[in-house]
Amino acid sequence: MSPPAKDVSRRGFLAALKPQNVALAVAGSTVWAYVTGESRASVPARRPPGARDESAFLASCIKCSQCVEACPYDTLQVATAGDGEAIGVPYFEPRKVPCYMCPDTPCIAACPTDALLPDTPIEEAEMGLAVLVDQENCLAYKGLRCEVCYRACPLIGRAIGLEFRPNERTGKHALFIPVVNSDACTGCGRCEHACVLEEAAIKVLSVEQARGKLGENYRFGWLEDAEISPDFEAPMAAPDLPQWRDGLERVLEQMDDLSGIEEP
Amino acid sequence: MTWFWTHHYLLARRTTQLGVLVLFWLGAHWHLGVLTGNLSSSRVLRTVPLADPYAVLQILATGQVLGSTVLLGAAIVLGFWFVTGGRGFCAWVCPVNPVTDLAAWLRPQLGVRWGVRRGLRVDRSVRYWIMFLALPVSAITGVAAFEWLSPIAMTHRELIYGPGLGLLAVAGIFVLDLFVLRPGWCGSLCPLGAFYSLVGRWSLLRVRFDPERCDHCGDCIRVCPEPQIIRYDEMERSGFIDSGNCLNCARCLEVCPRDAYHFAPRFGGDAVGSPEEGSP
Repeated sequence: MSPPAKDVSRRGFLAALKPQNVALAVAGSTVWAYVTGESRASVPARRPPGARDESAFLASCIKCSQCVEACPYDTLQVATAGDGEAIGVPYFEPRKVPCYMCPDTPCIAACPTDALLPDTPIEEAEMGLAVLVDQENCLAYKGLRCEVCYRACPLIGRAIGLEFRPNERTGKHALFIPVVNSDACTGCGRCEHACVLEEAAIKVLSVEQARGKLGENYRFGWLEDAEISPDFEAPMAAPDLPQWRDGLERVLEQMDDLSGIEEP
Repeated sequence: MTWFWTHHYLLARRTTQLGVLVLFWLGAHWHLGVLTGNLSSSRVLRTVPLADPYAVLQILATGQVLGSTVLLGAAIVLGFWFVTGGRGFCAWVCPVNPVTDLAAWLRPQLGVRWGVRRGLRVDRSVRYWIMFLALPVSAITGVAAFEWLSPIAMTHRELIYGPGLGLLAVAGIFVLDLFVLRPGWCGSLCPLGAFYSLVGRWSLLRVRFDPERCDHCGDCIRVCPEPQIIRYDEMERSGFIDSGNCLNCARCLEVCPRDAYHFAPRFGGDAVGSPEEGSP
């Protein structure tokens, strides 16, 4: 009788652990890892509300497209092969369809893996960040009364405000410059969608692209809560105060001595 | 009628494969809530979660903490295929199966002329290697490694969200199965098939074999997508096809002229779908 098939395959599996095969497996995995790494889109996309940080989002999204199905405005799209986005992962293009910021966030509710963090209030979403990327073509910078992005913003006055500046070309008018407050902006893209130019001057970039990062060493004296904290360690020790006082007293004594000298 | 009786399981399988696709398509485009999502994760009637347990394993390997919904979904799917036979997924649901079946059907007809009848063989352990290696590769790259390249997910997605470049993957598998590998993608390479083969080693519903009826005509071996698993000597001893590679596709059941096969639980019990006379 031949041994059961299970044993044959198990023995075959152990026999396959030859150095040559292990090397093949390592080489194959390396190529695999490389291809997988390359298949991530180079430019991070605009993600659904509540999405984890881009790398955590790409890892935890199971690519089931349930958020896409749940979106009542067909804002969310599935990236298929050749779209230039990470394949199968949801994204949106605000110039085509922006996010209308449903208060009940059906997309987040649909997510089975919590790649879209549950119970994220829509006004705290960071789908991206609006940036007025093209000041040369923005009508407001030309002195025209446009403000369409400002009025389209669902958080008008909070996420996009207007800043008045003198119009130096005419010398007597004002420029109404739209200014994004990055703390309030959710990246919904209503501004980019509404921009009247042929190509939008205000665009929603991914948060990773749009945000700078301040070094830890900066302290701003004009901000009340920006005092040097008790655990701040200065790189050089400051001079000891008693020594200063001694020195000061010595100088004052000398000045007293000098005061006794009559002027010529 | 005879053609129907030798193909009724095949027709049922094509119906479930197409039915699953149609329900997902209607879910995505008409918002019919019977099945929403896709084969990676979905909900039935917008409530019962389902998830691909192998995909969930890969995501866990990246170190991410996952929501309970997807974990419950993976447990439900794992439990379902544990009962109904691991690679039942391959035979009854997977959209790649009709493609590789078509290639397998065409191969002998084209193969004789083009001299590729036998085909290249890959060691059967390779797909297990791919299955296991997906986990460290997921940990290194930080994304679910097989899911990112899976031709199964790609086929499914392209069929639902409009054909794109992803159908090239399907074409690639078709050519591979037709001209190069035998057994092809499903039996030699697919890590999801390997995963379900592992489940199938212990799954409950199996194809039982009645040696009294069998006259060793070999019709079953000719239609079986994994013909190496039909070994009369072993089946006479164990009473069923004892292999995780069995797809429960039931081709052997329907072509057997003497009804030697029927579905039954692994451990005794009455036959399911057995002929009226019952088994001795």
